[in-house]
Amino acid sequence: MSEGTLSRLMKNRGLLIFLGLALVVILVLAVFVSPWASSSPDGLEKKAEEKGFLDKAEETEPVWTRSPVPDYAVPGVENDRVATGLSGLVGVFITLAAALVIGLAAWGLGRLLKKKDAGSGEPSET
Amino acid sequence: MHIPDGFLDPKTWGTLTAASAGTTGYALYKVREKMDEKLIPMLGITAAFIFAAQMLNFPVAGGTSGHFLGAMLACVLLGPWAGFLVMVVVLLVQCLFFTDGGLTALGANVFNMGVIGGLLSYYLFYYAKALLSRATSERSALLASTAVFSWFSVVLASIACSVELAVSGTVPLRTVLPAMVGVHALIGIGEAIITTVVVAVVLQARPDLVCSYSAPPIAQALTAEEVAS
Repeated sequence: MSEGTLSRLMKNRGLLIFLGLALVVILVLAVFVSPWASSSPDGLEKKAEEKGFLDKAEETEPVWTRSPVPDYAVPGVENDRVATGLSGLVGVFITLAAALVIGLAAWGLGRLLKKKDAGSGEPSET
Repeated sequence: MHIPDGFLDPKTWGTLTAASAGTTGYALYKVREKMDEKLIPMLGITAAFIFAAQMLNFPVAGGTSGHFLGAMLACVLLGPWAGFLVMVVVLLVQCLFFTDGGLTALGANVFNMGVIGGLLSYYLFYYAKALLSRATSERSALLASTAVFSWFSVVLASIACSVELAVSGTVPLRTVLPAMVGVHALIGIGEAIITTVVVAVVLQARPDLVCSYSAPPIAQALTAEEVAS
């Protein structure tokens, strides 16, 4: 983010308060509510079980096996609810960071293309 | 509705991976000039909310659970292309860090939940809102369209998922389609409630942060604020 963009965010107290409150709500949901979510299979998994094609997934070796937090449970934590809550905590910050990176990438792309246009087109007024 | 590895054949997941990768590139290009000090943090916070809310499985009928999808929420708040990118981020993180959805099926999951549940459903929402706002206030039109099309987003995504399973030869369409649509018609009610409540809350607190609300879009609102201050 350019100096201008970042400092405009820092000056926008209303927006910062909104984002802060939203983050608190998100963390409460991910850490304290998620351990009590329903553990029944979801719509697709249940129908796969009923219609007899769930084994297709169970017999297939997953292609990606290096997930640090498989099935939303932090490994090595005895208590299931704590393991799930911690996975929520980790996941919220990873997702937040990843989305900010994508946002910044798009922003950077915009700057880059603008510069290129300015370079290749008619000489600009400035 | 996250498809695991093994449900789709290579031609199906290969095609959908290419389609989703292409759409992601185009989306980055589309949003490049819109990214500012409001939209970038909103992208982060919306993605984090959807991740958290997707963990909260709620029981529906007969030993089945459903969870929030969030594609319509992201598109209504951030605009369709930024909303699509948020879904890409959430699905990528779930796949790589939490073994939720297979890596070969990632493109299919992005297609179902981002393109069908996000982009397509958003455009249906958009035209419905435009029609409705002739008869009622912009705010009511926005909330009513949000409710209806967030339900559709889940059902349409489940139809796409069923077709992919059938095309892959995993299960006949006549078997899987009614089953998937039936259960997701129920899950969609939860989707509609959550999406509408969240949009209503944000609209109340910060209408300038709801991109699809036609009263000042984010960029113009900022200029207006700057002029005022």
